[in-house]
Amino acid sequence: MKRSITALLVVITALIMSGRAGSAADLIKVDGSSTVYPITEAVAEEFQKTERGNIRVTVGISGTGGGFKKFCNGELDISDASRPIKESEVALCGKNGIGYIELPVAYDGLSVLVNPKNNWVDSITVKELKKIWEPASQGKITRWNQIRAGWPDKEIHLFGPGVDSGTFDYFTEAIVGKGGASRGDYTASEDDNVLVQGIATDPLALGFFGVAYYDNNKDTLKLVPVDDGNDANGKGPVLPEYGNIVAGTYQPLARPIFIYVAKKSADKPEVKRFVEFYMKNSGELSKEVGYIALPQKAYELALKRFERKLTGSVFGGHGATVGVKIEEILKRE
Amino acid sequence: MRGSIRLKERAIEGALFLSALFSVFITLGIIAVLVFETYGFFKEVSIIDFLTDTQWTPLFSEKHFGILPLFAGTFLTTAIAMLVALPVGLISAIFLSEYAPDGLRAIIKPMLEVLAAVPTVVYGYFALLFVTPLLQNIIPSLSGFNALSPGIVMGIMIIPIVSSLSEDSMHAVPMGLREGAYALGATKLQVAMRVVVPSAFSGIAASFILGISRAVGETMVVAIAAGLQPRLTVNPLVPIETVTAYIVQVSLGDTPAGTLEYRTIFAAGMSLFVVTFALNILSYLLAKRFREVYD
Repeated sequence: MKRSITALLVVITALIMSGRAGSAADLIKVDGSSTVYPITEAVAEEFQKTERGNIRVTVGISGTGGGFKKFCNGELDISDASRPIKESEVALCGKNGIGYIELPVAYDGLSVLVNPKNNWVDSITVKELKKIWEPASQGKITRWNQIRAGWPDKEIHLFGPGVDSGTFDYFTEAIVGKGGASRGDYTASEDDNVLVQGIATDPLALGFFGVAYYDNNKDTLKLVPVDDGNDANGKGPVLPEYGNIVAGTYQPLARPIFIYVAKKSADKPEVKRFVEFYMKNSGELSKEVGYIALPQKAYELALKRFERKLTGSVFGGHGATVGVKIEEILKRE
Repeated sequence: MRGSIRLKERAIEGALFLSALFSVFITLGIIAVLVFETYGFFKEVSIIDFLTDTQWTPLFSEKHFGILPLFAGTFLTTAIAMLVALPVGLISAIFLSEYAPDGLRAIIKPMLEVLAAVPTVVYGYFALLFVTPLLQNIIPSLSGFNALSPGIVMGIMIIPIVSSLSEDSMHAVPMGLREGAYALGATKLQVAMRVVVPSAFSGIAASFILGISRAVGETMVVAIAAGLQPRLTVNPLVPIETVTAYIVQVSLGDTPAGTLEYRTIFAAGMSLFVVTFALNILSYLLAKRFREVYD
């Protein structure tokens, strides 16, 4: 919450400054996923410091879908995305002649969370998650004991990202089996801070979002280990921790997150400097904000891709792709 | 000379007429857009489903278009707000009009009206970050997002509407009525409750209804603190969503114009408009029916 208020103040100040200072500083416009926001924001802060304020970077949180929509309308330099670009967006970008360079920036363990006062949940299976979130459960699965016998006969209050969110697309693809298929009777917000606030203040809550938002709120949230029922991916429930994500055992909820750079913007020197800075520092900064850094090699390959201005997505434009392990990212480059 | 003055007069009258016409046209324009988009909506969704389905999930794969959960949220928060605003507003109005010395009245009245000048986004965060945690100390089962806390805060916000308008109409009751009652041996309380309040009833009722309309249309407070979760319930302790909060939620997202999802906000807005319009007519009729004319 504090962060979003700070962000608001920053935006207001930026607006005032932009009115006064005109185009004194070069502006890089970034928008999109609130999951990727913490990294991009951290990189932007460091970058603006090293550039001594000569280049300004604004980072919005419209959600992956909202971001791509603006991006493909040519309003952005960079789009933050917590899933690869999908068909409808590829088509929109194509129609408007927007080429894009896809760069992976880190790994996220999409996390399932409950309130710290919740003393009955110590792990959850993918099957149970599906039972909670699938469309057929709408209005039917409303109490904890309907999910697992032994859990209390109390209402369950659900919190999750809204339909513009890449996290929503990924989660539904990975858990329910079909991207975008979810029940609708939950508290939905594109702003993860609202979800944090909701789960932190409601003992009956369950929700999901990127692990960085748990990292910032460890005292007020309880992280739930997830069991995918496949012993090849680690036996029993697994937490979205560094080792598990690197080893590929936090499945199916570990996923790469991206930035998409507009090809036209890549010619601008300030954007070029920013992306180079991003690829060099993302490893360090993604750790700092709570995500899992890619191997150094991946950033080098991504940077090469950027320098050669290779457009298109290695995921074929199919949107959320489940079960992509870190080494596969390298192979696909 | 004379002719030019008359011409000027005409021009001014014309300008005044045009500006009056302007706001009428804007209103008609809004209604036209609402009706047009709502018509498009009801071509695809049956009005029976809209009014009787108990689920509202137009953005998701399992689509339901029942407006009831949203109106349940709106009426729940409005009822809570009015439970706060009506008694407090009316009692402060009676105090200001009948008991407070003029000096005190001149200080308190503007101070009360400052409450109405606080931006509603501030009230929203006040409800979410201050009132809700406070209430959770008393009611441990209260969810972080709920109807109770924004309802109470909305009530506080509406107090000046009720108190200020009621006080105006009480103040307008002629001294002669009060003096007559005193002459018959009435106490101060009897004068206030049996003479002034009934005489000012039309103004008080109008202020109540204006307060209700304000609560029904309030957006920011409920969007921030009530939970954005459409739920058909009268339980004030769990997350809910109001009609206005839903409209905000969709407007903030990237729902493409012209789709059914997009039209839901116009259907919701139209329903809200019908409700507030009915309230306005009710207030007009009440004011007319109970108007006491002194001259």
